[in-house]
Amino acid sequence: MSLWVDKYRPKNLGSLSYHGTITQNLQALARSGDFPHLLIYGPSGAGKKTRIYATLNEIFGSQVEKLKIDVKTFVTSSNRKLEFNVLSSAYHLEITPSDMGNNDRVVIQDLLKDIASIEQVDFNNQSSSKTKHRFKVVIINEADSLSRDAQAALRRTMEKYSSNIRLILVCNSISNIIPPIKSRTLLIRIPSPSTEEISSILSHVARKESVKFSSTNEAEINKFLGTLADNSNRNLRKALLSFETVAMQNETIALNNSSLSIINLDWEVLIRNLSVTIRQNRNVATLAKVRVTMYELLSHCIPARTILKTLLFNLLELFTQQTLIEELVDLGSVFDERLSLGQKSIFHLEGFVAKAMVAIDNALS
Amino acid sequence: MASILMQKSQQADQYEKERLEHTPWVEKYRPKNLDDVAAQDHAVKVLKKTIESANLPHMLFYGPPGTGKTSTILALSKQLYGPNLYKSRVLELNASDERGISIVRQKIKNFARLTVSNPTKDDLENYPCPPYKIIILDEADSMTNDAQSALRRTIENYSSVTRFCLICNYITRIIDPLASRCSKFRFKSLNNDNALNRLKYIAEEEHINLNRNEPVLEEVLKISGGDLRKAITFLQSATKLNNSLKGAQDLEDEDVQMLGEEGETNADGTITISSVREIAGVISDSVINEIAEVIKAKDHKRIITEINEIILQGWSAQQVLDQLHDKFILDDQINSLAKNGIAKTLFTVDKRLNNGTDEHVQLLDLCLQVAKIL
Repeated sequence: MSLWVDKYRPKNLGSLSYHGTITQNLQALARSGDFPHLLIYGPSGAGKKTRIYATLNEIFGSQVEKLKIDVKTFVTSSNRKLEFNVLSSAYHLEITPSDMGNNDRVVIQDLLKDIASIEQVDFNNQSSSKTKHRFKVVIINEADSLSRDAQAALRRTMEKYSSNIRLILVCNSISNIIPPIKSRTLLIRIPSPSTEEISSILSHVARKESVKFSSTNEAEINKFLGTLADNSNRNLRKALLSFETVAMQNETIALNNSSLSIINLDWEVLIRNLSVTIRQNRNVATLAKVRVTMYELLSHCIPARTILKTLLFNLLELFTQQTLIEELVDLGSVFDERLSLGQKSIFHLEGFVAKAMVAIDNALS
Repeated sequence: MASILMQKSQQADQYEKERLEHTPWVEKYRPKNLDDVAAQDHAVKVLKKTIESANLPHMLFYGPPGTGKTSTILALSKQLYGPNLYKSRVLELNASDERGISIVRQKIKNFARLTVSNPTKDDLENYPCPPYKIIILDEADSMTNDAQSALRRTIENYSSVTRFCLICNYITRIIDPLASRCSKFRFKSLNNDNALNRLKYIAEEEHINLNRNEPVLEEVLKISGGDLRKAITFLQSATKLNNSLKGAQDLEDEDVQMLGEEGETNADGTITISSVREIAGVISDSVINEIAEVIKAKDHKRIITEINEIILQGWSAQQVLDQLHDKFILDDQINSLAKNGIAKTLFTVDKRLNNGTDEHVQLLDLCLQVAKIL
């Protein structure tokens, strides 16, 4: 039994439910059998991957769904051996070079040049398009965390081997992609779906799975699904997952019970409580308590930057004074920079909390 | 037998043709000789003189990207040697090749000290074929300082048989001893007329269907900011997308028997300003105006929701930054003092973004700070 997220993932371009014009463009590209290098960006849970696979499916046929995992080994310049996972089908490969940290340049240089220098032979073309596919597709995940070196190595490869290889870069934001790469790719932006779009998908799933609600009133159900979508920050994947959780926990979903539509993760609750504590008691004793919580969060592998961001936005909700909001955001951005430059994240998190306490103190008194 | 050979050659032709379709236009329309190089009159004039006298200094080309540095040196070396001799006389290295100190010591040195190969009689008649080789180091500013200092002596030692050409964007990244060994050529960014002529030429050659009512090519140039390579790539992406859209349209049209009316959709195969902007990732004016208005209204809660929306739409913070910059700095209603403050805020946020910080927090900070200044 698979998760609803996977079960109801659209398999081809025709069954995609929102962003009509993007689908139209992709369909046109797929029909011509050829496409330029693509750079697909958008927030998480917007459906980037789903669209890529749907496009590949359209071009190559269902063969692309037969995936296998290979382990490749590389030797770095300092003679260290590295292992690297490659997800591949007959027509494409999927890699996440940022797994390799600083050695991602080696992967880009070796692996891509390897693939790119072999021409793809297309014997049994199952799809309807007439053109032969001389190229192999390489999907590069998390392209925004590629190092500058790796990106620089990519630029010449993209031009030189453009007849044998097509790259699809996937990332959340194009700010960290160097301009030469941007100017060599076709940019496709995939925005988050709107609340209505998410709730219509959720209600479709609910009907298919015959989820029971406490009332059959359409409007009430829609309202419930709407809040669910809002709380997931318009992340479709998160919305579907939390909907499934709710449906699993309750046999019939009580629509008037508003707490059901908000699935809170433990760490989010912790951070929310933290922000309330900071507002109430601004003293050194609280700071010591905060440290314990921070360490606990960090030891559960919550990224420091996520903690900072969540804490900041929780704090912003608690206050209304304009100057205070300005100051808090400014502090947040300063410590965000320090986090990404520094090593020991607990210092900066505590620093932020201490500064925020002072700022709140000044504003309230 | 002959027919088989014919078939073979036909296949080869077909193959070449398909390959040519896949080559980027930037490569396809690279200038073949010095006369084709757009807008760099000064450099071209000096280099032409050197062809006549067949003597070449070591050279250092610098200037912003897409101004024709690589194209110029490639065209020059083609004119000097002709296609046959080119392979044995020119070594081209760029950032995708390993270029550490070991390569400088081995590969470059070995090539530099080779004696020059003898040109054939044919080549001698058609080309100057001067008695030295050329080593082109593209993107030289990404070479490490160690590798650059290893080059110093090599350049001098083998200057009788080898000329170096360094190409870079920032001359400050080249160490002084290297820079002083070369004669420098500055490539200024292209002015609009020249670049526009080139784009028009390409558009004609490729039979691009441009929307006649809008200055599309001018817009392409404006977006790319003087970078001709960028402009050409945008043009190609736009054409590819629109052609496939058009193909799709045609298929559907056949089914409905062509009603004989112009389609009002964007998908009728012409390239419009809006389609170019979408490809370049440029945010539409209405969105930017909305942000600017929200900032001017100084309602912090509204700013927070607006920025949240922008992030969810997937726009890049860097792009928002660029366009807000244009918007505010060119706004006549803001006094110079406020502009100063805004520019400083923009600078700080830009720096932070470059350090790999969170876009959402930074963008929010930017907007709140600007609102405070206004």
